[in-house]
Amino acid sequence: MTTTTVPEKGTTGAPAIGAHARDYVERVRGGDLGALPAVIGLVVLCAAFSVLRPAFLSPINFANLFTQGAAVAVIAMGLIFVLLLGEIDLSAGFASGVCAAVLGVLLTNEGWPWYAAVLAAMATGAVIGLVLGTLVAKLGIPSFVVTLAAFLAFQGVVLLLLKEGTNISIRDETILAVANKNMPPALGWGCAAAGVLIYAALQVVQARRRAARGLPATPMPMIAFRVGALAVISGAAVFVLNLERSRNAALVSLKGVPIVVPVIVVLLLVWTFVLRRTAYGRHIYAVGGNAEAARRAGIDVDRIRISAFVVCSFMASIGGIIAASRANSVDPNTGGSNVLLFAVGAAVIGGTSLFGGKGRALDALLGGAVVAVIENGMGLMGYAAGVKYAVTGCVLLLAAGVDALSRKRAAATGRG
Amino acid sequence: MSQAPVLELRGIDKSFGPVQVLHDVAFSVHPGEVTALVGDNGAGKSTLVKCIGGIHPIDSGEYFFEGEKVHVGGPRDAAALGVEIVYQDLALCDNLDIVQNMFLGRERRSGLVLDEATMEELAARTLESLSVRTVTSLRQRVSSLSGGQRQTVAIAKAVLWNSKVVILDEPTAALGVAQTAQVLDLVRRLADKGLAVVLISHNMNDVFAVSDRIAALYLGRMAAQVKTSEVTHSQVVELITAGRSGELGLQNGNGATP
Repeated sequence: MTTTTVPEKGTTGAPAIGAHARDYVERVRGGDLGALPAVIGLVVLCAAFSVLRPAFLSPINFANLFTQGAAVAVIAMGLIFVLLLGEIDLSAGFASGVCAAVLGVLLTNEGWPWYAAVLAAMATGAVIGLVLGTLVAKLGIPSFVVTLAAFLAFQGVVLLLLKEGTNISIRDETILAVANKNMPPALGWGCAAAGVLIYAALQVVQARRRAARGLPATPMPMIAFRVGALAVISGAAVFVLNLERSRNAALVSLKGVPIVVPVIVVLLLVWTFVLRRTAYGRHIYAVGGNAEAARRAGIDVDRIRISAFVVCSFMASIGGIIAASRANSVDPNTGGSNVLLFAVGAAVIGGTSLFGGKGRALDALLGGAVVAVIENGMGLMGYAAGVKYAVTGCVLLLAAGVDALSRKRAAATGRG
Repeated sequence: MSQAPVLELRGIDKSFGPVQVLHDVAFSVHPGEVTALVGDNGAGKSTLVKCIGGIHPIDSGEYFFEGEKVHVGGPRDAAALGVEIVYQDLALCDNLDIVQNMFLGRERRSGLVLDEATMEELAARTLESLSVRTVTSLRQRVSSLSGGQRQTVAIAKAVLWNSKVVILDEPTAALGVAQTAQVLDLVRRLADKGLAVVLISHNMNDVFAVSDRIAALYLGRMAAQVKTSEVTHSQVVELITAGRSGELGLQNGNGATP
């Protein structure tokens, strides 16, 4: 029939799984490590910290991980678009700070309703991205320089917005709820169950359709395995998050999935869909892989470049809103210090290549989890901030090293 | 015997600033035939191809497609006519798979979503029609393919769009013996399917192996366009290096047409 080999059409059991497993091992050996380093790192770190500090495993700490890592993971998700093009945005951290400051000023000083302030903050992010992207794509200034300049400038803008560094507290209930409140336990279970069911349905329908047209489809046992894994992971997470976390439950009850979790999941789904299922996403990968080929194929490379910076700064604005919610305030350091490096680190640790063309939205969450676990675990161990920074820096370097080495290996084995 | 040319250029001039690269070039391409375009470095082969592809506007001269005079103002116009160029550096994205590369910039969608199944089917059908059996999976990344396979994908990409004229810029330059044979085989099959194929090559063996006609450029002038069966190796080499060979070619150095 076709030129493709169709070894199994979704009917056989063990051989199908075996073929997929062999295929995976082959890919990893060829230098396409994917999420493997991040997953291994996560397991090792969690094991080490839970042995050294049993408190690491407590439900309250588990919930903390999500709220601590949320802002960085969201910023990283946006950064992935820029990294996919082989560019960098060093200003994403302070862009989130600027957007948070806009939010704080409008919300607290000007008395805007929360939705208007949020929209304004997001619009600020989009405009920032538009300016940065235009400078990079149309003027041809290297993104490193443009965003380094913006890094400094935005730091100043935050100070100006905050009237030379005063702290603006956020008092709006809705904004505060994002990082500080939880979903009712039942709703948490409902969302998890719905998510798993929808995922399973989509996978099965897609496989059936492809099989019906005689195309190679994902074998059913493989789908069952993926759905099962998702069900176990999300079920376990919801179960733990639904446990009572309050020290004094009679006084104040603290249980349920933090609201920031569904926010992140929705963002993850949206950007995964955009990258994998739309022509726009395909063009992002194409420009990152071979900009000249993309140009010859009729893709407007400049527009793709600009849009990637818009997505990045837009996501930074959401990260800024989450950070403001978590801190209950906006100060000149919001989005500053280590936020940007943690975000870049999260993307790279998750498996996104700094050379462009390779990465997924999910990488931001995996890498973000690694960064959050290091931060959180070392905090529990009582290390000083200096040690935490040094260790995180080393992990970032390690991830970039793995990226460079796997790229070398991929070139040597003819994969990329 | 042979059909009317699908693509015909008459009196093409092209200058870059003070340098005139093409002088009064006439060139025709027939369906079902492989036309080899030969010439020394700097003879103007690439410029001529880029003029055909609409990348360089022509200064003067006429461009006929299927007997009608057309104006090609850009690569889009050429593609709309059915002229596809496979460049030497292939223009494939290593990080995308075969199907993704073949449909790059022209993805099929259903609504907002990419229609992967249809694209995969069409890609499979195209490769099958070219009797390509060397690719195992259409979902392989291009980076994992050999040079010959990449060339095959690049050619299949050009054929996918019901193109009428396919121009190949040195498709075998970087390939080994076996892969060269594969690609030449494919070039022949394209012509046998009724496409007009233009093959740019420096390799006389390749030229004589697959071409029906040979067009030799010499210093920006068309020295001669002859049937492959009517010339010898050494005559073609003379046309390339001196612009003339006996009765063939430019009769004086000033570009009088033969």
